[in-house]
Amino acid sequence: MMSSSFNKFRVGISFVMMSIFYKSAVDSLSELSPQKYFSTLQPGKASLAYFCQADSPRTSIFLEELNEAVKPLQDYGISVAKVNCVKEETSRYCGKEKDLMKAYLFRGNILLREFPTDTLFDVNAIVAHVLFALLFNEVKYITTLEDLQNIENALKGKANIAFSYVRAIGTPEHRAVMEAAFVYGTTYKFFLTTETALLESIGTEDIENAHLYFFHCKQVLDLTEQCRRTLMEWPLTTLNIHRFIKTMEAPLVTEVAEDPQQVSTAHLQLGLPLVFIVSQQATYEADRRTAEWAAWRLLGKAGVLLLLRDSLEADIPQHANVVFRRAEEGVPVEFLVLHDVDLIISRVESNMHDEEIQEDEDEDMESPDMDIQDDEVAETVYRDRKRRLPLELTVELTEETFNETVVASDSIVLFYAGWQAVSMAFLQSYIDLAIKLKGTSTMLLTRVNCADWSDLCAKQNVTEFPVVKMYKEGKNPVSYTGMLGTEDLLKFIQLNRISCPVNITSVQEAEEYLSGELYKDLISYSSVLVLGLFSPNMTTAKEDFTEAGNYLKGCVITGIYSEEDVLILSNKYAATLPALLLARHKEGKIESIPLANSHAQDIVQIITNALLETFPEITVENLPIYLRLQKPLLILFSDGSINPQCKKAILTLVKEKHLDSLTPCWLNLKNTPVGRGILQAYFNTLPPLPLLVVVSLHSGGQVFAFPSDQAITEQNLLLWLKKLEAGLESHITILPAGEWKPPLPAYDFLSMMDAAGSQQPTRREALCTKEMDAQENDKKHEDKSASRKEPIETLRIKHWNRSNWFKEGEKSFRHDNKEL
Amino acid sequence: MGLSAVARLWGPLGLLLTFALHPALCLGPVQTSAPRYRDYCVLGAGPAGLQMAYFLQRAGRNYAVFERAPRPGSFFTRYPRHRKLISINKRHTGKANAEFNLRHDWNSLLSHDPRLLFRHYSRAYFPDAGDMVRYLGDFADRLGLHVLYNTTIAHVTLDKDPQAWNGHYFILTDQMGHAHRCSVLLVATGLSVPNQVDFPGSEYVEGYESVSVDPKDFEGQNVLILGRGNSAFETAENILGVTNFIHMLSRSRVRLSWATHYVGDLRAINNGLLDTYQLKSLDGLLESDLTDLAVVKDREGKFHITLKFFLEEGNQSADADAITLPQDDNDNFAMRVAYDRVIRCLGWNFDFSIFNKSLRLSSGGEFSKKYPLVKASYESKGSRGLFVLGTASHSVDYRKSAGGFIHGFRYTVRAVHRLLEQRHHDVAWPSTEHPISQLTSSIVRRVNEASGLYQMFGVLADIVLLKENTTAFEYLEEFPMQMLAQLETITGRKARHGLFVINMEYGRNFSGPDKDVFFYDRSVGHTEDAWQSNFLHPVIYYYRHLPTEQEVRFRPAHWALPRPTAIHHIVEDFLTDWTAPVGHILPLRRFLENCLDTDLRSFYAESCFLFALTHQKLPPFCQQGYLRTQGLVGTESLRRHGVESGLLRDYATVGRRHEDGGRGLLGGFQAPGPPVQALDSNKEEL
Repeated sequence: MMSSSFNKFRVGISFVMMSIFYKSAVDSLSELSPQKYFSTLQPGKASLAYFCQADSPRTSIFLEELNEAVKPLQDYGISVAKVNCVKEETSRYCGKEKDLMKAYLFRGNILLREFPTDTLFDVNAIVAHVLFALLFNEVKYITTLEDLQNIENALKGKANIAFSYVRAIGTPEHRAVMEAAFVYGTTYKFFLTTETALLESIGTEDIENAHLYFFHCKQVLDLTEQCRRTLMEWPLTTLNIHRFIKTMEAPLVTEVAEDPQQVSTAHLQLGLPLVFIVSQQATYEADRRTAEWAAWRLLGKAGVLLLLRDSLEADIPQHANVVFRRAEEGVPVEFLVLHDVDLIISRVESNMHDEEIQEDEDEDMESPDMDIQDDEVAETVYRDRKRRLPLELTVELTEETFNETVVASDSIVLFYAGWQAVSMAFLQSYIDLAIKLKGTSTMLLTRVNCADWSDLCAKQNVTEFPVVKMYKEGKNPVSYTGMLGTEDLLKFIQLNRISCPVNITSVQEAEEYLSGELYKDLISYSSVLVLGLFSPNMTTAKEDFTEAGNYLKGCVITGIYSEEDVLILSNKYAATLPALLLARHKEGKIESIPLANSHAQDIVQIITNALLETFPEITVENLPIYLRLQKPLLILFSDGSINPQCKKAILTLVKEKHLDSLTPCWLNLKNTPVGRGILQAYFNTLPPLPLLVVVSLHSGGQVFAFPSDQAITEQNLLLWLKKLEAGLESHITILPAGEWKPPLPAYDFLSMMDAAGSQQPTRREALCTKEMDAQENDKKHEDKSASRKEPIETLRIKHWNRSNWFKEGEKSFRHDNKEL
Repeated sequence: MGLSAVARLWGPLGLLLTFALHPALCLGPVQTSAPRYRDYCVLGAGPAGLQMAYFLQRAGRNYAVFERAPRPGSFFTRYPRHRKLISINKRHTGKANAEFNLRHDWNSLLSHDPRLLFRHYSRAYFPDAGDMVRYLGDFADRLGLHVLYNTTIAHVTLDKDPQAWNGHYFILTDQMGHAHRCSVLLVATGLSVPNQVDFPGSEYVEGYESVSVDPKDFEGQNVLILGRGNSAFETAENILGVTNFIHMLSRSRVRLSWATHYVGDLRAINNGLLDTYQLKSLDGLLESDLTDLAVVKDREGKFHITLKFFLEEGNQSADADAITLPQDDNDNFAMRVAYDRVIRCLGWNFDFSIFNKSLRLSSGGEFSKKYPLVKASYESKGSRGLFVLGTASHSVDYRKSAGGFIHGFRYTVRAVHRLLEQRHHDVAWPSTEHPISQLTSSIVRRVNEASGLYQMFGVLADIVLLKENTTAFEYLEEFPMQMLAQLETITGRKARHGLFVINMEYGRNFSGPDKDVFFYDRSVGHTEDAWQSNFLHPVIYYYRHLPTEQEVRFRPAHWALPRPTAIHHIVEDFLTDWTAPVGHILPLRRFLENCLDTDLRSFYAESCFLFALTHQKLPPFCQQGYLRTQGLVGTESLRRHGVESGLLRDYATVGRRHEDGGRGLLGGFQAPGPPVQALDSNKEEL
């Protein structure tokens, strides 16, 4: 059905072209002598002439191409001729030597350009070059971003721009652009580049393919505003460009008050679907805005109309707020309930996707290769399979040795499965850790391959992989819940060397503890030292604290002091008993928190909160902790260590409680290079740093960037945040909200079985005796080899459903649609 | 903890018991002693009875096993007559995985005690039956199972009582006249009655159960064996070298177990006679319906085969030599020779005689007459609370799977026990719950090691129950798959959000008595042809909704289950090792992903970090790992492989591509499909 609408459209455009341009009935290459040729030239009319020595065999391929170019060039009013240089009529265009023959483009009898034949390598190149030369006023070639920005600025409020990138001059895409420019060159300003850097700077990673952008500059009145851009998402062909530009010309939103099934717009004729936003008097303004917003996002993909329910006679279901109509004739409109513009967009895009899939089937195109690994963990582990790990650094436990080992010595046990990629990836980190700890740790590093010892793993309550447990002093094993990496596991092991909370026995020891002296070697693993202060008689409070300390074992050092002279400490640190002292040794600060009536969970909460920094450097390892706060992130991206002024400005705002609704943090690209990937997602290019953004991950996904032309000072920042809060700032991007869908389809064995099954019964009817049965067997084996050649059926589950079996299935499918 | 739970459950039961007993004592006729009550009564201390006793014992249930012999496994003290078990005792597989090894251990019962594995009892690949008797005795003793030996249950009746678990009690009367009252009756009596076909002259026929096993007794004789099962061939094998010839007669063609994939059919270890028959020695196989035959004895004591029809025609009392023989009309009749002995080896039947009619325990259909009729849950169709276990329960999968043999019914017994635990003690079917990111691994683990799935293919299947929004799932092992529609009541688990069924299957047209199982190109290697796999391979069914009883009953022919929403075959594997990353795991993941409409790939923490800051939603692996601070960090060498493969990006060089002139770094990382695009398109329009 796609192709039929294309056909219709093809007729349309050729009609357009025929009517615009002068046409000629002659379409074969005329051969003339130089004198004759120059006599035919008409003023103002373009002509391409190839001057050649008589009967040169080397030029025959070029001549074939040239011959093919006659017809298309004539459509544009350009005549083509082969001029035979004969001895008696020498012309200055006739080359001296046989191999230096050239083609020349004239307007009237003025020479516009000369082309070495190798630039005109095929018919596309010929048409492209000739039109490019003729349209030098209409199509400008640019090379830098600056050019583009200047042009954009110059054209704001005046004209719209069609900007295209092609990989090289003379390609079919280039020809398509030139042909479009021939038609639309007076209406729009065409710009062309072959510079990949320029393309990247406006934000495309895909530099393999040609691109065409439409810059909506005409309606831009404020010169500081950027022109909106729309990328054409179809391949660059003349037809597609025409189709695309037509949709750019169509009104953004059309208001209608008739049956959606009857409406006809340019979009439908161009084979694009229509989206009707159902509106009524009461909500007209809001609906209009929604429609415009959707229309901008669907520009070039679908037409958006505002359907006024009040003045409509046709029946629209009460709850429906969106009507979707496919471009194909005879497909009924769909009434949908969608509460989000994104859903409308994804509805249209999934429709396009469906069509693509169907086209694939029709054309029997190569399906995406499902046998190529796209799981990064599985692939990297597989690629590393031949490297021998020094596994002997850890003790392999078996069903027989497990119990005696974990009883005899404090052990860390890694439970993994040899066939599972994630646990094998972690095994590498584990071995790295063993290398690091070699000979230094009192903790025995062991491992159990659950692929071999599944009963043992089940007994230890391990049913997923990988799992790390610590077996210590015959106590219940403790599961490790940190990051599956060397550093975090090391921290866990080191901090578990001491029992938490540590019993502190004298004021002097307490001071040593708080200053970090007592556990000097562990201090780097715990950013905060916690000391609980209790009077000796506060038994329940002490129990609660001990429980909390136990719970937090391995992630923070805790201590407890409850001697008679505890008042010395409580007075010194102004703490009312029972209390917590939190020593941040890096900052040299000690604060106290009262603990009255706090249960173990509360204490855990207090300590975990205390572990959070006010302005942390965000890293791959610590982001999840800060995400738990569920606040928008205020991130300062920095290439290297943080700029002190920026830091000061933000810390001041933190102190003044202006940033309470945000999680302020900074990201060092040197430590966390993946930050570049994030910046690229936000800005498409890498912007100058330092740079401040607000990312509202949990509410809407908008990303706001602090203006790069302003200095990051308290005042500027505060002002910007106020504007942000008031909704006066516009976001630079919205993070995609889409669910993570299957990366590729799966084999549809069910329909393969159906296909095989439907052939069988007819054969079986004919056969009844046993001997024939044997034949049938043979046949089936032949079938098998034949079926391998058939295209592999790879459809998503939606399609599985369509080849319905149960009505049930169908029903639920329709239901699904509505939910969309 | 286990103990206290048991104690709590016992309390109210004891009460119930006294109420129930009270009226019986007052009103009933005076008996020698009050019937002793038990929740569970198991009939027979063979492998199935002991297996059930083990599970009841472990669960702390009130039960007793009744055994007429003084020791367990009395069948094996007598049978097989020639003492060689044909169930394999594979002591080495090259693997340490105990569960996997059970796939190749056909004799052990299930227990927690690794000493109770059969390989400690015999070194023989085909062990001696005496070792089995010793093994079963040890099993009962070492585990302290409650078996009442020398107790023959002579009669079983039903006592209606609305208070009872099932609306009635089972009353068992032993040879001393003592009565036993039971809430649940578990019949594990096996097949104990030799199958006899009635025809004229059947009195001349010796039975397998009593025929001599000494080859000397057959020296220079012509022997006719009736039957074509393993016992017939076992008998023939024993005397093959000393007889003149052996003829074997039975109704149906020989079924070779290596062609049918059914262990009850003729095993290669017994088929020496086939070899000599096909190699033109004097031994031979014949097909005829035994009920049409008659055996007559001549004056010399030799036996002649004739037709019942001729016998009815002629004078009954006439001399044997006067009776018409087929060769009189048809002088090349195959069995025209006189036999010295005729031996009957026709198998055994279930002993229905002790069950009162009120139990409505009837025999199975046309092809499984020798078995009592039961549902796929092994519960009798006639009376609730009566379950048939072990060999006698084989009607469920007769000639299909291994439910009639130790290596099969040890799992079906466990399934019955789990059903009972849920039905009477509110202990839901055991399951483990995992986040959805573990789904592929959970399935891969089971299909690679589970022995219950492997032995009881097509009967017991693993079930994955999806939780709301498919963020998590429950994994249930070895559920009787024909009971799928009743899954919620049987297991006490909810199946509201779709489910997967993991089964093992042979290729659809691969097995059969007349199939050539060695044809060229019989194995499939390509993942896209996995559905045509012939050897046993895992098949995964996906259902959006739990199928109804109707759907299960009227499923398409040759389907193990109703038509699913989608199906996946993991391609057959020569080593039955389905852990190949691309050949096995990847297609499985794609299938699961497309059923659940999500992305089940695993990611390193760095990727999750990127997604967390550039997408509003995260793939399940990042959500369930990284966001809970359990991200997979990875090592430098893995990262390098990732960059080489193009699945990871080297961010240190991003934005500097002009310096190093590298191309493709920017285009390299395309991991997340739709979201990246959407991000771009947002940008363009702003």
